Amino acid sequence: MVCGSRTVSALPLGNELRGSAMSVDINIRHAVKKYGENVVIPDLSLAIHNKEFFTLLGPSGCGKTTLLRMIAGFNTIEGGDICFNGKEVNAIDPGKRNIGMVFQNYAIFPNMTVRKNVEFGLKTRRIPADRIKEETDRFLSLVHVDQYADRMPDRLSGGQQQRVALARALVIRPDVLLMDEPLSNLDAKLRIEMRTVIRDIQKNVGITTVYVTHDQEEAMAISDRIAVMQAGVIHQCGKPQNIYLRPVDLFVATFIGKSNLLKGKLLLDGKAVRVQFADSYIVDIPYISEEQRKPQEVVISCRPEELVINVDERGEGIHGIIKDSVFLGLNTHYFVELDSGEQAEVVQESNIDDILPPGKHVRLMVKTSKINIFNADTHMSIMQGVKLLTE
Amino acid sequence: MKQIRRFDFWSAASLTILGLFGLFLIYPLGGLLKEAVFLPEKGFTLDAFRKFFGKSYYYSTIFNSFRIALTVMFLCLLLGIPFSYFYTFYKLKGRKFLFVLCLLCTMSAPFIGAYAWILLMGNNGLITNVLKGLGVRKFSIYGFGGIVLVQTLKLFPLVVIYMNGAFRNIDSSLMEAAESMGCKGVDRFFRVLLSLTMPTILAAALLVFMRSFADFGTPLLIGRGYTTFPVLIYNEYLGENGSDYHFAAAVSIIAVGVTGLFFLIQKLANSRFKFTMNAMHPVTAVNPKKVSGIFMHIYCYAVVAISMLPQVYIIYMSFRKYNNSILLPGYSLVNYQKAWSKSLLRATGNTLFISFATLAVIIMVAVLIAYLVVRRSNIINQAIDTISMLPYIMPGAVVGIALVIVFSHKPLCIAGTLGIMIVALAIRRLPFTSRSATATMMSISPSIEEAAISLGASKLASFVKITVPMMSNGIISGAVLSWVSIITEMSSGVILYNNRTITLTIGTYVAINNGVYGVAAAFATVTTLLTIVCLVVYLKFTRLEDIRM
Repeated sequence: MVCGSRTVSALPLGNELRGSAMSVDINIRHAVKKYGENVVIPDLSLAIHNKEFFTLLGPSGCGKTTLLRMIAGFNTIEGGDICFNGKEVNAIDPGKRNIGMVFQNYAIFPNMTVRKNVEFGLKTRRIPADRIKEETDRFLSLVHVDQYADRMPDRLSGGQQQRVALARALVIRPDVLLMDEPLSNLDAKLRIEMRTVIRDIQKNVGITTVYVTHDQEEAMAISDRIAVMQAGVIHQCGKPQNIYLRPVDLFVATFIGKSNLLKGKLLLDGKAVRVQFADSYIVDIPYISEEQRKPQEVVISCRPEELVINVDERGEGIHGIIKDSVFLGLNTHYFVELDSGEQAEVVQESNIDDILPPGKHVRLMVKTSKINIFNADTHMSIMQGVKLLTE
Repeated sequence: MKQIRRFDFWSAASLTILGLFGLFLIYPLGGLLKEAVFLPEKGFTLDAFRKFFGKSYYYSTIFNSFRIALTVMFLCLLLGIPFSYFYTFYKLKGRKFLFVLCLLCTMSAPFIGAYAWILLMGNNGLITNVLKGLGVRKFSIYGFGGIVLVQTLKLFPLVVIYMNGAFRNIDSSLMEAAESMGCKGVDRFFRVLLSLTMPTILAAALLVFMRSFADFGTPLLIGRGYTTFPVLIYNEYLGENGSDYHFAAAVSIIAVGVTGLFFLIQKLANSRFKFTMNAMHPVTAVNPKKVSGIFMHIYCYAVVAISMLPQVYIIYMSFRKYNNSILLPGYSLVNYQKAWSKSLLRATGNTLFISFATLAVIIMVAVLIAYLVVRRSNIINQAIDTISMLPYIMPGAVVGIALVIVFSHKPLCIAGTLGIMIVALAIRRLPFTSRSATATMMSISPSIEEAAISLGASKLASFVKITVPMMSNGIISGAVLSWVSIITEMSSGVILYNNRTITLTIGTYVAINNGVYGVAAAFATVTTLLTIVCLVVYLKFTRLEDIRM
């Protein structure tokens, strides 16, 4: 059931918002997007679950907004198909897909008051006037802009406009909520506040949501699942912690969070699998997948919190010299230059002792259970338990 | 975004507009070209062109027109840019009043100024007689100097209006940045301000050039033997030696060639300045220093006062007692009485009807063109965009001649109707309105319409309910000035009018031609009055700063 023929009046009208929208799952199969000869998305498949908060994450130009607009129907699809609840929607107009869309620049109608903006979608659906008022009031107060209902949009702050855009998209009880970098025009503090608001409202309304952002921290804070995209291809799709802890390749490892990349070799010593770093520092890594247990050149990705500073310069670890440090209260960041010339960033919980001074010789050790190892040629992870796509 | 689209409302709009252009622009131009190079008895011939370039009496009109237009252009920039600079950057006393007067200057029919200057400084003019008393005799308002004076005073406000917009687009941080690097005062004016506003300066220069080049009333009245292009066209068309369509058409083609050439030169110059600006913090006006402040006030008020002088004097003259062309002592309403009997009412009615009908047509077409060009860019719509700019390089007299040639016989005989006047005026004005509508359209983010569509509105509904209201500010501010230039339009009308379709401006011209100067003054006064009423209504709806051409 996808088309706009379903009217809101068929829905229950209780004060309880949960479950009032009829959410859907979205299936994208072998989608292709071309602009003339230029292929933006070569072949993309994706399943978005019912009531899920799903984020498309990637650097600018990776095709994430293009994909979102294909789901919305503003972009055509040149191959494959997109289904809502199993029904193909490739050729259906955006207005008939029953979607709610929030735009990067909010796209609030500047010639209408806040109330008129929110009412707009209901009016085009020819809902009776008293119902329109009731629904509009409910959603205005849901996003806490009821006191500005009669203001013109130019007298609202960015955060308030964002809330109006959200109310306007939700009031029509869409099957899918689509959001295109909705927080990118807000300042840092408001961005964090609004992402909580969006998350809460989404859970409250219980609606399948597709969210586009290039901010990996925002994506992790808000999403049930994330798809990391680059150049029109999904590199990895999974829960935030999955992607952060077991990235599928070097791109994901470096795009999500900060990673230090160190060169090394995979060695087999009887049954033990070991990684040798440049400085003949060797650790046992038991988490290598069975088929990858063979000698090979590797790249080791260690997040700053996965490195440990050993102040005993003759002890175990990779030798290096502290170049600089940044004290950030809870943590202190150290920038260490290794003998190989590689730079590494290390995060340590600040302690009451003095900060290690620049020029100090130290050794770096790794937390073996957390680090990720990639084949140096293919850049693919050779760890156990890495999933490219999780259904 | 490339999409395969079904035939919808916009495809229909596209084809309709193309059809209208074909019928009312391309077809008449084709007719004009054919008339210029084709004679029934001789077939294809270039005789008319040979005739034109064979006699200095004819070809000198090109140089005359070019010289006048260039001189007027430079003088207008010279007068207008400092005026606008003082106006935007300093708090002058009576700013609003100053600007309204400035607008009024440019809103009179072109030749009314010429006529008033003749009354003031002609052979028996007021100022001439005063100067005679002082022993100054050797000057003449007639000829080159007079045309330049009248046109400069009428056209410099265009530069002011353009430059006000450009100066307001400059972010104050740019000015501060220049100052922090030690560039200020006059130095900053030339090195920063003028280079930042160069695209606008060039646009204003082009507009002034085109207006001056196409102006027909002023050189006709005050030229006295200094013949310009449009006057030549008109004389050949309606000359004392009988009308010569063939030659008039040829001269028209040459005229379009000359203006087209200048248009290309301007485009070429403009292509060197490709940047966009949008001020987050526009410059706020400051109080001027004492001495320079006094100078600024004197400058601005003097320029406006001199420009307003002719109109004020005409109003005064309309209440003087006249016996046909003989001025009698004392005051009376006899001029209005006579004007009334000479179809003042019909002329006013026609003027109002034609202007509002034209306005409705061009707004509708311009909005549609803007949407098609910005949102539905394809070959047909690009063609529409280019064709819509064509009238920009066509002097009014050329439009008039072209329409008369093709529409005074079958299959479509509409010459002599109000309809053809509306067509002529709509063609003349369309480039300006469609330009400003397109610019407004470009500033509207497509996601606003997409938002409406995602909420279930149809494409047409989202256009009507969202896009058009959002454009309305830009449209209204352009429309009022269009309206004024329509009611004061003369050069095409004078070729197309007849007794039934006479307008106020043409009524004035006819009265001057017949030597009944008092009646002419009465017609001119009514025109001015209408303009003022319109301007007042307009200012109720628009902020002064938003005025655009």
